[in-house]
Amino acid sequence: MAIGILGRKVGMTQLYDEAGQVVPVTVIEAGPCDVLQVRTVERDGYEAVQLGFANLPRRSASKSVRGHVAKLDSKRSKRRSSGGVELVAKAGCEPKRFIREIRGAAGELAVGGQVKVEALANVKAVDITGISRGRGFSGAIRRHNFSGQRATHGVKKCHRALGGTGASAFPSRVVKGKRMPGQYGAATTTVRNQKLVKVDAENNLLLVLGAVPGPKGGYVVIRETNMV
Amino acid sequence: MSQQILELVEKPVLKTEIPSFAIGDTVDVHTKILEGDKERIQIFTGVVIARSGSGSREMFTVRRIVANEGVERKFPLHSPKIEKIEVVRSGVVRRAKLYFLRDRVGKAVRLKERRRDGGAE
Repeated sequence: MAIGILGRKVGMTQLYDEAGQVVPVTVIEAGPCDVLQVRTVERDGYEAVQLGFANLPRRSASKSVRGHVAKLDSKRSKRRSSGGVELVAKAGCEPKRFIREIRGAAGELAVGGQVKVEALANVKAVDITGISRGRGFSGAIRRHNFSGQRATHGVKKCHRALGGTGASAFPSRVVKGKRMPGQYGAATTTVRNQKLVKVDAENNLLLVLGAVPGPKGGYVVIRETNMV
Repeated sequence: MSQQILELVEKPVLKTEIPSFAIGDTVDVHTKILEGDKERIQIFTGVVIARSGSGSREMFTVRRIVANEGVERKFPLHSPKIEKIEVVRSGVVRRAKLYFLRDRVGKAVRLKERRRDGGAE
């Protein structure tokens, strides 16, 4: 597997470097993650490792979620095992809230194993994927940084409107991709090549230089960057 | 929980001993500045008009009058570039932000001194 881990955004703060300059950092609580499944070319057509992060109480996990991470004694599984069918290996851990796959060969990782922040100890920069803060249905000013219209000089009740959207007889339609109001945020967003400031193995924390998508408490996927 | 984690992260950069200074105090701020490759200490003296933020993000604002022109500098409290902060004089103030001083000139800028050893003047 490419080096990667799942985590939860804790918040931002600032530290100081040796020169006394302020270093803005995002604190991410990362791992330990359980390996729930290993994808192989023979069986799945691609290679990946499925990680799970943050425990979900068993009482609020459905049976399918519980059965994904641990062996359940069901009539069907008993019938299958007695019939000679080899059951899929299970991690045998608590149900997880956040499950994602990280592409790449598993290497030494096997189902039931763990990935901790130490895995990123020698990584310099990471790509972080999260769900950006939702802003709902937003106008063109907020969503696309339009400037709006004038406050006076005859502008009537459309000061924050986006203005014209097309031309006249040609092309007599609105071009595709025209930036307009609509849903803004709450979309999967990746920031790339963020420098790692510190890997705190003792407290399972990652300190990343700069901002990370999503609200505090939002789940993120952290991978070693493939940017050169 | 999140707050505890942030405090844990900030702890190593926090200064262990910060002199207790209050809003309205006149302070000497000793800052390290780099000239070429020589480091020297520069002192900025003025009235503390505001403190903001918390943890490693705490800042304080110092105001003084230089050549009839108000000058304000905002310092990060825990910055390693700040060598020390000395309280020269304490002033009597009744609010946390002394932005009203910006509108004042001349004698009106003065604050009444608070005696540390108790009792009025």
